[in-house]
Amino acid sequence: MIENVPYFCAGILVIIGLVVIVTKKDMIKMVMGLALVEAGVNLLLVATGFISGGVAPIFTNAPSTAMVMPTVQAMTLTNIVIGIATTALLLSFVMVISKKYGTRDVTEMRRLKE
Amino acid sequence: MMDFIMANAPALLIAVPMLGAFALPLVGRLGDTPRNGWILAVTLITAIIAALLAWTVLTGGPVLYTFGAASSSDAIPADSGGIPIRIIFTVDAMSAFMALFAAFVGFITCLYSVASERLSSGKDGYYALMLLLLVGILGMVTTGDLFNFFVFLEINSLAGAALVAYRIDKGVSVEAALKYGFLSTLAGLMVLYAIGLLYGQYDSLNMAVIASRMSYTMLDKVALALLIAGLALKAGAVPLHFWTPDAYSMAPAAVTAFLVVASQAGLYGLFRVLFSVYGLTLNYVTVGWAVIILGVLSMVVGVTMAIPQKDVKRLMAYHAVSQSGYMLLGVGVGLVVLGDAAAMDAFGRTAMEGGIFHIVNHAMYKGLLFLTAGAIFLQTGTRNLNKMGGLGHSMKWTMLFFIIGALAIAGIPPFNGFASKLMIYESVFAFSPVIAVIAMVVSILTLASFVKVFHAIFMGPQQPKYADVIEVPRPMLVAMGALALLTILMGIFPEQIVSTVIAPAANALIDQSAYVATVFGGV
Repeated sequence: MIENVPYFCAGILVIIGLVVIVTKKDMIKMVMGLALVEAGVNLLLVATGFISGGVAPIFTNAPSTAMVMPTVQAMTLTNIVIGIATTALLLSFVMVISKKYGTRDVTEMRRLKE
Repeated sequence: MMDFIMANAPALLIAVPMLGAFALPLVGRLGDTPRNGWILAVTLITAIIAALLAWTVLTGGPVLYTFGAASSSDAIPADSGGIPIRIIFTVDAMSAFMALFAAFVGFITCLYSVASERLSSGKDGYYALMLLLLVGILGMVTTGDLFNFFVFLEINSLAGAALVAYRIDKGVSVEAALKYGFLSTLAGLMVLYAIGLLYGQYDSLNMAVIASRMSYTMLDKVALALLIAGLALKAGAVPLHFWTPDAYSMAPAAVTAFLVVASQAGLYGLFRVLFSVYGLTLNYVTVGWAVIILGVLSMVVGVTMAIPQKDVKRLMAYHAVSQSGYMLLGVGVGLVVLGDAAAMDAFGRTAMEGGIFHIVNHAMYKGLLFLTAGAIFLQTGTRNLNKMGGLGHSMKWTMLFFIIGALAIAGIPPFNGFASKLMIYESVFAFSPVIAVIAMVVSILTLASFVKVFHAIFMGPQQPKYADVIEVPRPMLVAMGALALLTILMGIFPEQIVSTVIAPAANALIDQSAYVATVFGGV
């Protein structure tokens, strides 16, 4: 049971992120919600590679052969980097919008629909 | 030299445009002419490599490319226990077909941009992003590795979003870009979550390995639902289409024409996952019907939303949603009868060929239509249909290209839209007459809508405020002319194209075991 806790946490993080995205009206908070979803996905990825008592996957002089999975860690690192780029791009969009519109509230974004 | 290119074509397909993109700020310092030459050379070389790769695949079967291996066909190292540990590109007929026309549209849109963006600032960034978008699309359609697919999906989304925001336009286009970037990222994360679930069970990221071990557990169903939702969002299918009208209408015209292909790469991902990764283990009747329902909804909602639009590009964007419904419908019918060999031969194969043929046809005529809309916007400064009129007097070539595109999208012979739609009508009628009738009604509504647009833009007396409007510069006409020519040629010779390119692509999707054998055959 206890070994499943990271998976539940990952699911909960994703759900919190989605709730933030749907309920918040401030665009910066929505981007934060997206970052939470991303953190949840990262946690899921890292958790799948975990072995209880495993060591870092470096074969030279390894104390035991029970090693954690390096592939998912590489995937998580990649996704963290991608996430930084995405968040930076989206936040820069928010900056331009709030400068031009004078608001960050999504419910006041009506210009496209006209 | 030639042998080197042929042997490394899948890697060069990604490397050439990426090198082109990162060298652009340096080349751009030399001035406009070297930059234009560089961008056209890079996209043309990419298109030639894609054509060579497609030729190799169509004559000699699927190409396997293993990064970092001594021999590119050495997918599974001897000491790895039968698991391919490197990143592998698996280029079968479907991938080659997508890569070929994506690279071609990339070249055409860059050619168009050379003229349409000649007065804009920030061209280094614009072309670098165009090339990165090309990298994202080509990577998505050629890779055989799920995580690699996700990385290219993100490159595609980021470059696309930045391009939508390229012309800030009082913040409106940035709003559209935020919407597009936000939803694409969410879609990407859904795909990554599903990849994590699949990797946790099958210890591999390679699609062929996952396919060979697929046992369709509960977790696989969750992963499938996430993949379908994420990729349908990226492809802009109803009910996940809400970003398309904003992003398509606010982006510069050349970018919009290219974004259509970027969405189709999402569609490709959806088909690849459904057929090659899940295949027969899938509950294919239920999932097939889900794809058909997505398709029919896209067709009907897209066209009904298009009719009242006053912004010409927004109207075309809703039609793009509507047309992607035809592709989902055709391939969905194929998925429903995947396990039934008799029905597959009777109509399933034709339906899938029609759906896949429609992908390339759509890229041609929709690209053409968006480019004509961009030409009109460039010369008049408005996208509002009510403010236009009488442009047929001064923009004769643009008018001709618009007519070709409009007749093709409405499915009028002898243009290419007719060829693929006829295949879809015939085969879907054998499957379910009601859906075939809906598809035809949607076509008629499309025609009605474009007749209205044509009348609003080009007909009527010449208006005094547009008296000094002239035809657009020649590179734009050449780009539009190339797409128009292909629209006509593919409509006149559909059988040749279907038998040489489309049928192998459909077979590549249907025959899952061949896809798996491509990777394992290298042992």
